[in-house]
Amino acid sequence: MALLTLLAVTTVAIVRQRNLFGVVILAGIYSFLMASLLIALDAVDVAMTEASVGAGVSTVLLLATLHLTKTTEAPSLHRNLLPLLVVLIVGAILVWGTLSLPPFGFAENVINQHVVPRYLAKSIAETGVPNVVTSVLADYRGYDTLGETTVIFTAGIGVMLLLRGLRRRDQRDGGDAP
Amino acid sequence: MSLDLILRIGTKLILPFILLFALYVQFHGDYGPGGGFQAGVISAGMVILIAITFGLGPAKRIAPEALVQAMVPLGVLIYAGTGVAGLLLGKNYLDYSVLGPDPVHAREFGILCVEIGVLITVSGTMTALFYAFVERGR
Repeated sequence: MALLTLLAVTTVAIVRQRNLFGVVILAGIYSFLMASLLIALDAVDVAMTEASVGAGVSTVLLLATLHLTKTTEAPSLHRNLLPLLVVLIVGAILVWGTLSLPPFGFAENVINQHVVPRYLAKSIAETGVPNVVTSVLADYRGYDTLGETTVIFTAGIGVMLLLRGLRRRDQRDGGDAP
Repeated sequence: MSLDLILRIGTKLILPFILLFALYVQFHGDYGPGGGFQAGVISAGMVILIAITFGLGPAKRIAPEALVQAMVPLGVLIYAGTGVAGLLLGKNYLDYSVLGPDPVHAREFGILCVEIGVLITVSGTMTALFYAFVERGR
């Protein structure tokens, strides 16, 4: 609960902050809090990913982006009441949707009675891998992980093509652009 | 330049441990938390730390740009290739149980191959993205 409160405080701070350097650092803190929360929920693999990607690499990449742009956010030109209204309504609908979810962590929940017991019981016998997360990720749900890897590959290639392409054009235009 | 002596020495001290931790996360992922994705990010983090502390030149001596860019598709190929190997040996795509004489160990081996593929793609992509961003700023 304390972690959730800190998460909410950090989110408000990110929204209020105009200095983008501060926003990047706060986003890193947010990821770190999120990782702690995931550890508290016993999802250590996800927590590790969140800490290394969210608090580590993406902070560095955002700082590198900041190097290319200005470090303060431009003040918005018009009142943003309509977006606020939309956000509030969507948020209320989402909260209302969570009310009909089954209670968190109960043994009678559908998810805990279907494939989860099967994986937990047979993982070591079938794959020889004690960490069920790994065996589910790489074996039982191998197609999904192949898809994820392909997504990373595609995203990386896309960003590289965008940045490279722009640089080439700068050079071709003859100006020594920044 | 001499003012960041502590930073440089500290970075040099910490580098081997970061790499060792990445390898631990990779190969101990069968037993504890971790796996290819996390290990890839950590090892990319090592290269990024070198680039931040010592500049882009030394970082590119350790991880040349051509190698990093080749790693991005190579990992996906290793992953998909493991699946095709199962297909060629007469089972379904991504069914690892035919990769060895004993199906249990074969599946463990298949998971290892696949995780190495993930490691290579993630590590290469993260490093290449960092290079691309930094070079754009020049």
